[in-house]
Amino acid sequence: MEIFATALPALGEAWALILQPIVLGYLVLGVVMGLAVGVFPGLGGIAGLSLLLPFMFGMDPILGLALMIGMVAVVPTSDTFASVLMGIPGSSASQATVLDGFPMAKKGEAARALSAAFSSSLFGGLVGASFLTLFILAARPIVLAFGLPEMLMVTVLGLSMVAVLAGRFALKGLAAAGLGIMIGTIGEADAGGSLRMASYDIPYLTDGLKLVIVGLGIFALPEIVSLLRQDRSIARGASLGSGWLDGVKDWFANIWLSVRCSIIGVVVGVIPGLGGSVVDWIAYGHAVQTTKDKSNFGSGEVRGVIGPESSNNAKEGGGLVPTLLFGIPGSGSMAIFIGAVALLGSGEIEVGPNMLKDNLDITYSIVWLLALANVVGTVLCIAASGGIAKLTTIRFTYLAPFLFMLISFAAFQSGQNFEDLLALFVIGMIGIFLRRFDWSRPAFLIGFVLSNPVEKFTNQAFQIASFRFRKGFEEGIDYVFSPIVIVLIVITVVSVVLGLRQAKLIMAEGDVKAGTKRAPMVFLFCIMGYLLFALINASLIPNYAMTDKIIPMLISGFALFCCLILLVQMIRRPEGDAIFADKEVAGEDADAPYGLWSTLAWFASLIIGTFFVGFILALLAFLVTFLRVRAGASWKKTLILTACGIGFMCLMAGVLNRDFPPGLLQHYVQLPWPLGGA
Amino acid sequence: MTNSIFSRRVVVGLIAAAGIAAPASAEVDFSGETIEWVIPFSETGGSAKWGNFFGPLLSEALPGNPTVVVKFMPGAGSTKGANWFQNQKHKDGTLLFGTSGSTQFPYLLNDPRVRYEYKDWIPVMASGTGGVAYLNPEDGANFDGSANALKETDFIFGSQGATRLDIVPLLAWKMLGMNVEPVFGIKGRGDGRLMFERGEANIDYQTSSGYIGGSMALVNDGKAVPMMTWGALDADGNIVRDPTFPDIATFKEVCEATDGCETSGETWEAWKAFFISGFPVQKLAFLPGDTPQEVVDTYTAAFNEVVARADFAEISAKRVGEYPVFVGSDAQGALQTAISVSGDAKAYIVNWLAEDYGVTLK
Repeated sequence: MEIFATALPALGEAWALILQPIVLGYLVLGVVMGLAVGVFPGLGGIAGLSLLLPFMFGMDPILGLALMIGMVAVVPTSDTFASVLMGIPGSSASQATVLDGFPMAKKGEAARALSAAFSSSLFGGLVGASFLTLFILAARPIVLAFGLPEMLMVTVLGLSMVAVLAGRFALKGLAAAGLGIMIGTIGEADAGGSLRMASYDIPYLTDGLKLVIVGLGIFALPEIVSLLRQDRSIARGASLGSGWLDGVKDWFANIWLSVRCSIIGVVVGVIPGLGGSVVDWIAYGHAVQTTKDKSNFGSGEVRGVIGPESSNNAKEGGGLVPTLLFGIPGSGSMAIFIGAVALLGSGEIEVGPNMLKDNLDITYSIVWLLALANVVGTVLCIAASGGIAKLTTIRFTYLAPFLFMLISFAAFQSGQNFEDLLALFVIGMIGIFLRRFDWSRPAFLIGFVLSNPVEKFTNQAFQIASFRFRKGFEEGIDYVFSPIVIVLIVITVVSVVLGLRQAKLIMAEGDVKAGTKRAPMVFLFCIMGYLLFALINASLIPNYAMTDKIIPMLISGFALFCCLILLVQMIRRPEGDAIFADKEVAGEDADAPYGLWSTLAWFASLIIGTFFVGFILALLAFLVTFLRVRAGASWKKTLILTACGIGFMCLMAGVLNRDFPPGLLQHYVQLPWPLGGA
Repeated sequence: MTNSIFSRRVVVGLIAAAGIAAPASAEVDFSGETIEWVIPFSETGGSAKWGNFFGPLLSEALPGNPTVVVKFMPGAGSTKGANWFQNQKHKDGTLLFGTSGSTQFPYLLNDPRVRYEYKDWIPVMASGTGGVAYLNPEDGANFDGSANALKETDFIFGSQGATRLDIVPLLAWKMLGMNVEPVFGIKGRGDGRLMFERGEANIDYQTSSGYIGGSMALVNDGKAVPMMTWGALDADGNIVRDPTFPDIATFKEVCEATDGCETSGETWEAWKAFFISGFPVQKLAFLPGDTPQEVVDTYTAAFNEVVARADFAEISAKRVGEYPVFVGSDAQGALQTAISVSGDAKAYIVNWLAEDYGVTLK
């Protein structure tokens, strides 16, 4: 009760601070700027916040907080546009939304999917804030209860969602997840600094691949290429079936799912070090497991949108706990946020334990500013969703060149290397073939996202556990099998058993027809080849760096084992068995008027052009040629669209102070921005 | 699309009003220009905080009040950005580059990826920080100003990596004869403190701001016992008590009180060299090597003006810590102390990293 005696007045003061017209004005300004930046895939909160930083110095704390929180809060909301409409996962918060949101857009239900997503986001944000208001007072000991074994188990729980998303053949899903983990280990190891599948001669690889590139390559590029080949609009028949009101109704009909997923979001968000990477997958898995008729998942089930979207805004609230109470950022944008808070006013707010003692009013202001920003942002998004959804009715050939432009720019921003574009292309190829042969792409992505946490927590927990065991057997057991760990193990086992039973019903790629043996087997051999190479590569790391080699060796060995069983099955089964699923045999891709390679060549030409003359000049040539030759547009239309595209690109990059990839030309000749590079 | 483009245009218009790019001029007058301060780390690190703190102050102090934009170029632990800066030529004085301990250490350790040479660049400003090591209460009770009673204890420490700033604490503890096992792979010292708070680690250290912001509360609650600071440098290059923590003994004092720990010889010299590079001269701002003297002087004057601000001590204390800022020739001197490490000291560290942690820089 003593707690409430201090909490209630602080809550009152917080509201008095928030409800000043000027504070609300700054909040709305932040939200509008956040929406403008957030619809741009791959940039999100980090770019937006860095833009605000120069203005934070000495600013009135509450105004600065309102501006920054307005901006951060709407990113997980606004990136939904890209994931639902274009199948582009804008950030880690919207990966799971793509799975069902984009198929809904293809069915002409974009507005419905968007408004269901936004209603869920809004609700999740509010549930999160309410929960947090009480929870934050007791959060410190709970956060401290999550040691390394506990975090490892939460990561494993996230990984167990592979079982749900494995597809018709569990082995293919497991191998895809294994491949994802292996791709995630590329580069310098965190623990001992050994190189895995990389060399100092190719510095790009030593940093590893970025999530943005893998997300775009695995989900966005295959869809863009496939739609472009079919030469139609995203929404089949170019018609919008249902409007935004239906989405709100859908959400309301599933309000309990939304509540549960919101709470999952806050609770997982609170655990430092995991960030948002697992939340939406756990929420998606939960949505699948609690739905009676699972047959629509992956092909446009609205519950698959409501689940993850409810959790991802709630997670932002939960993420405030480690950020504010411990000064440990849960995400990149939170890290900048911490830095910016120190610049505010005269620097009197210092994130850390004192946020509860001396600055409880500021803490509550932050929590509720976040909730309020969600409300404002969501209302704006819902209002816009009906109109923006019309994008899905445009002939795709007119959208595609601009999507190529956007994803290239987004990929380049992750590392500012030309190699970013190459990596996008290569990962895109993997994505295209995973999709073609019905290997689970979500499983691959979950593997990639959780690769680093799995390895890190395993190694660290193992090291500390062996330290404890040296002190005494009992102490070791107490450390490894804490009550939280045991509960998490039970949940994981239940979810794997249920998931494997249900996975066969969920066909993320639709009912893919089977074809001849040859192509699927060649792909299997390619995967096995890579895994074998990675296994040998890891085994060559000297033994003293055991922490750097153990996980890659175990995982690649396991994935290879899965592949071997698959190979035996493939040899034994007759042609036409579902194991030989191949999209090029029958269905949309097979009937498409354009071939895979000629379509991919367009994208390749943009990358090759960039290599020689830099991004903007290459883009200019690419847009003009594409619109004239492929889309058959008139010169007038071509020039107007090209000008719009390039103008838009320069405007965004100019404002965000970003460069474009330079080419060989820029190496020899100094050109003014935007033609020149870094 | 038109809707969203329109809304972006409005936002862009608002921001553009704050002033972005403009034509160049030949005088050392930066009116209407944009100065790019390139930081070879991500937006989220300590160097970002440092650049964002000094950026607006520099903008006010430079003639013509140019916009100072902090630009991030992360990659390969700052080696990528530093290699890039090595190839930059002076254009109009609108390029500034910031380095940190993580840029200096690979240079000192002859990391094969280093293609940059500090001696080619012109330092205009240098600033530093301090560090404090602390123990859990149980082991802290055995600490009597010397580490003699700590030599039998097994310690666990959450570390960012053996070749990072953690060289300084790890080597210090080794010199004291303590048995400290690092758990590698954590991201940032905040995670290390959390590991300590959870009881998984029983020894930790923080840089000054991290100690004040997080660990001091633990000390006040009796959950941690301060052990030693790394110290600070006086004008003659001697290690003295850290002015921010005058009540905590330095490692030098603890070393002197501990049996078997020497404050001379190659081990001590190696430790001191990496300490200086990692703490008191941790962050430096550079201009390209061929920058004309008048531009260098302009920057020196501007940084002097920043440091001379009446409120500088107050505003810097909370944001970057209360430590001296070296400007102009002092910055040059600071750089010299930071990079002049004897071959023996380097060889000692390289050998120690290989023997104790299996780290080889090939």
